[in-house]
Amino acid sequence: MIALLVRDMRLAMRAGGGFGLGLAFFLIVTVLVPFGVGPESGLLAKIAPGILWLGALLACLLSLDRIFALDWEDGSLDLLATSPLPMEGVVSVKALAHWLTTGLPLCLAAPLFGLLLSLPEAGYLWLILSLVIGTPALSVIGTFGAALTVGLKRGGLLLSLLVLPLYVPTLIFGAEVARRGAEGLDTMTPLLMLGGITCGTIALLPFASALVLRVNLR
Amino acid sequence: MGSIWEYANPVKFIRTSEIVLPWVSILATVTLIAGLVWGFFFTPDDYRQGSTVKIIYLHVPSALMAINVWFMMLVTSLIWLIRRHHVSALAAKAAAPVGIIMTVIALVTGAIWGQPMWGTWWAWDPRLTSFLILFLFYLGYIALWEAIDNPDTAADLTSVLCIVGSVFAMLSRYAVNFWNQGLHQGASLSLDKEENVADVFSTPLYVCIAGFVLLFIALVFLRTRTEIHRRRTKALLARERLG
Amino acid sequence: MTLTVKDLTISRGGIPVLEGLNFTVEPGRALVLRGPNGVGKTTLLRTVAKLQPPVEGEVICAPDAIAYAAHSDGLKSTLTVSENLHFWADVFGTKGIDGALKGFDLEALADRAAGGLSAGQKRRLGLARLLVTGRPLWVLDEPTVSLDVASVEMFADTVRAHLKQGGSALIATHIDLGLGEDVDVLDVGPYRAKPGQGKGAFDGDFDEGFL
Repeated sequence: MIALLVRDMRLAMRAGGGFGLGLAFFLIVTVLVPFGVGPESGLLAKIAPGILWLGALLACLLSLDRIFALDWEDGSLDLLATSPLPMEGVVSVKALAHWLTTGLPLCLAAPLFGLLLSLPEAGYLWLILSLVIGTPALSVIGTFGAALTVGLKRGGLLLSLLVLPLYVPTLIFGAEVARRGAEGLDTMTPLLMLGGITCGTIALLPFASALVLRVNLR
Repeated sequence: MGSIWEYANPVKFIRTSEIVLPWVSILATVTLIAGLVWGFFFTPDDYRQGSTVKIIYLHVPSALMAINVWFMMLVTSLIWLIRRHHVSALAAKAAAPVGIIMTVIALVTGAIWGQPMWGTWWAWDPRLTSFLILFLFYLGYIALWEAIDNPDTAADLTSVLCIVGSVFAMLSRYAVNFWNQGLHQGASLSLDKEENVADVFSTPLYVCIAGFVLLFIALVFLRTRTEIHRRRTKALLARERLG
Repeated sequence: MTLTVKDLTISRGGIPVLEGLNFTVEPGRALVLRGPNGVGKTTLLRTVAKLQPPVEGEVICAPDAIAYAAHSDGLKSTLTVSENLHFWADVFGTKGIDGALKGFDLEALADRAAGGLSAGQKRRLGLARLLVTGRPLWVLDEPTVSLDVASVEMFADTVRAHLKQGGSALIATHIDLGLGEDVDVLDVGPYRAKPGQGKGAFDGDFDEGFL
């Protein structure tokens, strides 16, 4: 399984833009928001946590269809299914690789983008913390969506339609942590809920993903 | 007498539903008309809400059905995954469009009711938001059915989506409640007598709910039959191609 | 490691294509499947490889015995030849790719990116993957597509060596590999599923009346 992770990371780096694309998208969303709502820093500071979470979510969504599509096209997925690796392991590693290439860079870059949106000082720590805890859930849920739509023509649009409703709880609690943090309120409840969702999805969803992936391969 | 699973045989299902369907349809029509006429014309106006309160006879039953249809899809999806009865999967497929229409009715009647009461067509109230999210889940479920050619693959994938979706729908409900305490009044019907609407209103409401349930049963029977016929036609065409 | 197939019925896209298949592949033997295009050879191989469930009957074989090779080789074009092989060696928990490189004459290409190889070279790399799996039963779908005469001979040598070591192979192919004594041939044409008869999934004892 480590071999699979190493291979996927290597592929992401060689393909160029594996890391960069999501980040660039995140940056553009952040830059466009002030054009849409006006440059007033009070308003921006108020909506910054929500916008940053939404941007991270969309950037994450952007790369989901690549999780399985390439392996499906060149036949690797069939070969992996007949290999000694359990399918649950394969989907978990795929989700981890997706998080390392999109989620982690987003977490690291978020403070910089927070600066652009005049996020209040108290908010930075909570923003990063909420993203670090929340984005793994986004990757795992997204992997489930990608497994559902692998091999479908026009799968990309359908993938967004299926995955976005599943993102609702994560988005609500994640943005709530960041917002309350920025306003100096108590963040414990949403933070615990967010952590609970992430742990739950990481523990259970790979079984569902592996099941639908096997169905899609036959 | 055999077990209930006998009716999962398509042939048996077609035969049984052929007998049952007309009766259920008639009963549904009668109950619905009775309930709605009673509710609209023979109940007093509410002292606060005036005559707008009467939209309750569409709003509450459709909202109840919107949730219950999803629950029924969850049950039939589980039956398909565990026992592999095609009728079960097809019933889930047949129920989804009915469910999404119920959700839309609930949302639209809610908006029409909300306008005079709250002064706005839409508010990001937890209940309204939950229904909007439910609508999105229905949309994704139906789109996935449409996107896949192989019927068994489609049944498997949509069933798993339905189960995972149910869990996330519950989560969303709690998340939304946490996110915004709302305007929406408490439940119109509950076991706790104190909160209930008055009896003059509730009796026709029960009749309307029964009517909606019967209507749903009739529609699902009808649509499941259509789906079975469609599968059968497809199979016959395939057999012809094989020669 | 014996592969036994009993009363197998298989379907493609929900429609039965082959039925009543019975065969065994003993260690040291190879079975070549023949039959016209679209008869269901690929479906049969995928069923044997446990990628899809049989409609009826069973495939009896140890789960960790099969190495499957399909039309597409599962190569990553941005990785080099040796990286591709190392990956599969790691996945299957075997050591060393030198034998595989030598067996298919890929040593000179080891550091080239797989994307830069010709179709025949890619195929050779795909087949070399079989050697790093270390598994006894090879299930091969049209392995000689886009190979030249010399490469086909190379492949035949590899299969012969594999059989000599007690391995076995199930191969769908149209060309004569020249494997000699150790080969049985099965024409799957006569096993084509006849609709409406037999116990297909769709008119079995209980559930279906669909086909």
